[in-house]
Amino acid sequence: MTAQAIKDQSQERQKQMLSDYFDSLAHAKENGRKVVYTFVPGNLTELIANFDLLPVLPEINALQNGMRGRTGDFIHAAEKSGHSEDVCTYVKADIGMLKAGNMGPTGQPLPKPDMLLLSYTGCFTFLKWFELLRKEYADCPVVMLHVPYQGDGHVTPQMRKYVADQIRDKVIPALEKLSGRKFDPDKLKRDLKRSSVAEDDLVWVLESARHKPSPIDAYFGGVYYIGPIFTAFRGTQDAVDYYQLLRSEIEERIRLGLGPVTPEGNLGEEKYRIVTEGPPNWTSFREFWRMFYSEGAVVVASTYTKVGGLYDRGFRHDPANPIETLADYCMGCYTNLSLPERINLIESYMNEYQADGLLINSVKSCNSFSAGQLLILREIEKRTGKPGGFIESDLVDPRYFSAANIKNRLESYFQMIEARRGRA
Amino acid sequence: MSTATEQSKVDALVSRAQALYEDVSFESVRRWKGQSECRKAIGFLPIYAPREVIHAAGALPVGILGGGDQLEIVRGDSFFQSYICHLPRSVVEMAVSGRLDAMDGFLFPSICDVIRNLSGMFQMLLAGKYVHYLDLPQNFDSELGGEFYRTELHAIADAVGALTGTRVTDSRLRGSIALYNQNRRAIQELLQLRTEQPWLVPTTEYYLLLRAGYLLPVDQHTALIDEYLQAVPHAGRRPLDNIRVLIRGAFCEQPPLALLRTLERAGCYVVDDDFVLGSRFIPRQLDETGDPWTALVEGFTRHSVSTASKYDEANTKGEDLVSLVRAVRADGVLLMAPSFCDPALLDQPMLQSALDKAGIPFTSFKYSEDTGQFQVIREQAGTFADAIKLWGKA
Ligand code: SF4
Ligand code: SF4
Repeated sequence: MTAQAIKDQSQERQKQMLSDYFDSLAHAKENGRKVVYTFVPGNLTELIANFDLLPVLPEINALQNGMRGRTGDFIHAAEKSGHSEDVCTYVKADIGMLKAGNMGPTGQPLPKPDMLLLSYTGCFTFLKWFELLRKEYADCPVVMLHVPYQGDGHVTPQMRKYVADQIRDKVIPALEKLSGRKFDPDKLKRDLKRSSVAEDDLVWVLESARHKPSPIDAYFGGVYYIGPIFTAFRGTQDAVDYYQLLRSEIEERIRLGLGPVTPEGNLGEEKYRIVTEGPPNWTSFREFWRMFYSEGAVVVASTYTKVGGLYDRGFRHDPANPIETLADYCMGCYTNLSLPERINLIESYMNEYQADGLLINSVKSCNSFSAGQLLILREIEKRTGKPGGFIESDLVDPRYFSAANIKNRLESYFQMIEARRGRA
Repeated sequence: MSTATEQSKVDALVSRAQALYEDVSFESVRRWKGQSECRKAIGFLPIYAPREVIHAAGALPVGILGGGDQLEIVRGDSFFQSYICHLPRSVVEMAVSGRLDAMDGFLFPSICDVIRNLSGMFQMLLAGKYVHYLDLPQNFDSELGGEFYRTELHAIADAVGALTGTRVTDSRLRGSIALYNQNRRAIQELLQLRTEQPWLVPTTEYYLLLRAGYLLPVDQHTALIDEYLQAVPHAGRRPLDNIRVLIRGAFCEQPPLALLRTLERAGCYVVDDDFVLGSRFIPRQLDETGDPWTALVEGFTRHSVSTASKYDEANTKGEDLVSLVRAVRADGVLLMAPSFCDPALLDQPMLQSALDKAGIPFTSFKYSEDTGQFQVIREQAGTFADAIKLWGKA
């Protein structure tokens, strides 16, 4: 089988998984399924599945809508109804979508939440987002899971206990009540085992970028690779199969000495190996990506692909300690790391992946990522001696993607790398 | 007692507070520390930090609220993108220019992602200093969030105690709680007087008095307010035909003094607000006799005020605001938020819809701590006040 044929298989598989998922959401109510809205970082997917509940992830809807060009209008509608232009556009895209009839990204209706599971990990906006949604959905119940921040650079036993106790004493009873089912610890262990199998393969895929040339793009391709495991599929056989398939594709690419797949086919020569920090822009995702591959730039490691779990630093869901492992998962997501730890992580990526530089895409929406990024940039430049680049855009607000400006900056940045190499 | 004498007493107290407000290099803290080798100071950022614990460890808690419009930002801007609020710029400016050298440590309470990440920046910029992110619980159950918070309190007590060499014993902590209870009592009296007779307590004076509490040792601050409360009713101040407004959204980055003056000149008496909110985050007296740690935990988890960065577990923030508007007999509400302030601005639609439903007039605007142009705000507040005076609604 050719690499292209395998690639098609994995993409098709993911597409099918997503389409089945949105189908199940569209028919959730008629099928008697209850729905829990929750966020990607710190999501408790295996636990939600334990009660046969369906998760809805509002960030995913927002970014999918962004890629389909729908968010500009949604954001406009939200701002017209009193939401500030200064705040996170994911929230406004979500509220705007709701006001426009809550048709999801695939054009099918999204079910109303039966519960808002506020896994409060790595971002304060989540709290306000669900307070706002609670009002929109006639005081839908909210369950708060407060996940402490790794302010001192590590997780303490008290932090772990706090989160685990909340899962045991608050989250599980609330899910039992909502679903009318008893918590099934054996099922949780089985699902967590499957999670860890898929996580192994994901890490293998991400780390394949250490090869030269890298067989993957760990940012533009990476956002597809993390899709299943960051969302509704962690703990499922579907996810295990998807990651096995993906891994076999990448193995084949390495064997053939191929670079990453781009929307225009295989990348030719790998000229620049880049580490990125910050989320991508979704409204002009393809255009943004092209600005990289057209210059031969490959992202070999990215922090964004760690927002839903930092698996490449060793964390795996551990079936032997099902509740504590969920607590550790929540606390370990990238945006829950202290700024110095984020810098250490990026520095290690720069070295391990033999990168030529760090590029920061600073998105206006997200203070969780953005506040402090200029210090990150300077510190990484200082520690590695490699040039840093800085561009600004937004997640899903098309007003903040200035293509010409970003392209210029990227081109100069790549030239700067070239010039440094010349001097080296 | 002549009116003039009382007025001059008030003037003297207010100018003392004003001098502290203008002290963006924390000279007063340096002087305080200079009196003894072992004195230490711990800076805390908005909104709330348990000052009793710092005090019981023998250190001076110092509130850091940014540089307002008094600090020229030379390097602070180079740390932040244009779409981030102003407070962290001036705080970083203070740090890199040595203005915060008098602090031996810092607490960064968990109120937003900017303050959160700023804690990490401080860990790098001021390496070697005690910098702690104070993770205030969003779960208010005494067995869950309460227990977690208790460990936070002990961790702070141990860390600050290690700096000062003073162990925080239960009895020391009880003593500190008692002193802060006095301060809470004085502040509540000031708030009450201002709500009842706002013409006696102009917003700028009230504000300066609160701010002084972020620099002075607690007993001195209590005395300052008490003296003001004694003098001001006899200072011959007369009511004006102003409307009564309640302000929300200014709990972190502070409005410049000139902005507060502008509001008053535009015809608004501020009868309730969330400025310098940490000084009255727990409005009631805490238990002085039982376990002092429990008193602090319960103070926070059960009795602290509602604000945008705290999870509204009971889902009553809208109704609570409406009840408060009625309790303080406010004619309208000013929702004023710092530009780019996520918690304040994300909160606004919920507050607005509650006010709308209750038929309470409101207007909203953004500011920054270094706002220098007040024309637009003056017109907006003036029109708001006029409309209420004329028609009872905006
Ligand atoms: S602020 Fe950032 S992390 Fe938070 S919801 Fe928005 S995009 Fe996500
Ligand atoms: S002003 Fe708002 S966004 Fe800025 S630091 Fe304060 S709370 Fe955070």
